[in-house]
Amino acid sequence: MPDESPRITVDEVSKVATLARLILTDEELSTATAELSAMLDHFADIDGLDLDGIEPMMQPTPLANVMRDDVVGVTLNREEVLSQAPLAEDGRFRVPPIVGIEE
Amino acid sequence: MSIAYINDDAFHPSNDDYERWSKDGWEMVVGLEVHVELATKTKLFSASPNRFGDEPNTNIDPVTLGLPGALPVLNRQAVELAMRLGLALNCTVQKSTFARKNYFYPDMPKAYQISQYDEPINIDGWLDLPDGFRVGIERGHLEEDTGKSTHVGGAGGRIHGSDYSLIDFNRAGVPLVEIVSRPDIRHPEQAKGYINELREILVAVGASDAKMEEGSMRVDANVSVRKPGENFNTRCEIKNVNSVRSLGRAIEYEARRQIALHEADEPVVQQTRHWDENDGRTHTLRSKEDADDYRYFLEPDLVVVDPGIEWIERVRDALPVLPAERRAILADAAGQSANSEAVMVVAERGQDDYVMDVAKLGGDAGVALKHVKEAPELAEQVPVESLATLSKMELSGVITASQAKTIVAVMIESQNVDPEVIAADLGFEAMDNSDLEAMVDQAIAGQPEAWEKFCAGEGKAMGALVGAVMKASKGQADGKAVTALFQTKKP
Repeated sequence: MPDESPRITVDEVSKVATLARLILTDEELSTATAELSAMLDHFADIDGLDLDGIEPMMQPTPLANVMRDDVVGVTLNREEVLSQAPLAEDGRFRVPPIVGIEE
Repeated sequence: MSIAYINDDAFHPSNDDYERWSKDGWEMVVGLEVHVELATKTKLFSASPNRFGDEPNTNIDPVTLGLPGALPVLNRQAVELAMRLGLALNCTVQKSTFARKNYFYPDMPKAYQISQYDEPINIDGWLDLPDGFRVGIERGHLEEDTGKSTHVGGAGGRIHGSDYSLIDFNRAGVPLVEIVSRPDIRHPEQAKGYINELREILVAVGASDAKMEEGSMRVDANVSVRKPGENFNTRCEIKNVNSVRSLGRAIEYEARRQIALHEADEPVVQQTRHWDENDGRTHTLRSKEDADDYRYFLEPDLVVVDPGIEWIERVRDALPVLPAERRAILADAAGQSANSEAVMVVAERGQDDYVMDVAKLGGDAGVALKHVKEAPELAEQVPVESLATLSKMELSGVITASQAKTIVAVMIESQNVDPEVIAADLGFEAMDNSDLEAMVDQAIAGQPEAWEKFCAGEGKAMGALVGAVMKASKGQADGKAVTALFQTKKP
């Protein structure tokens, strides 16, 4: 690992974990921070290359324009689907009150 | 991030109107983000029906619900409609990609929305308002709609304080195009004009029914204020604007709120604000998340969309005549300006063809336009030949303008659509000039004082004289002709 400042801090990893709704222990946080830093080191190596005149690769496959016709197909049975949900009411999924998370 | 209203009434602005604060040297800077639901039969990435108003959760499938292993497949018609509206907005259609926009919200079961981010299908266009003002279009990209949440309990169905929420996924996955304007708008009327014109274009090209009241067209406004010529200041995004009228009110309120803050040397905080139709104010909803917080990355389950020149040109060639050009054609035929009220109203109703058909039959487009504007039922219920005949009768003075209006009403009410027969039934006939002259002479003899005043240059005296003739002719005389006749009688 280069002796510069770390590529990513524990605070940044913690923030991303919160955005992804992951609860990490202190130990997991420090492991994740080290692993992500190693990945970012690798990206830094790529950044160091002279890539002038090279078109960015949008996808790894050479495919384009995979599309379907606008034709109605089979839908799922509502009662069957709702029976799999923890809570349902009035033909709809019932979820806890929507609140943001305080940061 | 927290979702709560903050009491920010400390800077509730006074009721100064737009003109007053713009005289104080402030200018508003507005950009609009418009989401439109595309008029496809199925969703963007799956074959469930795209249909408004169905029973909740009946138009769902594994892709819509984000079930494990379900894979999206792009709807070709959605791409075609997106291209159609992009080309109608003078955009460049380009090779494009899809990305995942990650966030947790119950109306988005995959925990990400598939949206075009780095490379949208439409870029760099513009829209001209009827008065000629040009608004730049930054992009028009494809994305999927979310499900619909209903908040239960708490005060008035608001998110804040509700007990729980119910989710309907019928709308999840419905194809949307988000049209992002450049921050070119400087007045609430321009914002309203932009939305009206955009809606007409969307309907004309068949891309969307664009109904704000049904949510198939949704408008968010980015508002900031500045002194003209200075750099842009911090902006706020206004949501929950449900009509064109509300849009005008909301951005005007928001601009005034920000001016009050600037003038008090208080910071304008970049945030999303919620328009409340009832109190006519915007309220803090949540701090704006940084774009980074969505952790965009390329959607690995979809490939590049590269329409290619052939498809693009085929779509361009198939575009209908757009509203601005329709208005220009109608205005030209009727001898009016393209942004006159009659032209705007009749073209918006799509009745311009009807008026043009009157002209093709040798009728008068100007007269026809006037009647169609006032009586929209004409275009649906009365054959174009009848209006053509009526317009000729009115133009040649066989009947007066007010008699023509009466005949129009009769044609709409009854099954009788022959204006000549109706005119005869009603006893409308061209006033013989000698009859009219006799009535004018009588009016002068009957009201010598009014006549003297009129001759002395008192225009107001004319009313009583013309009134007498109208009475004598039982309303059949042409007001203009009568006035002209009085003028010739002046000593």
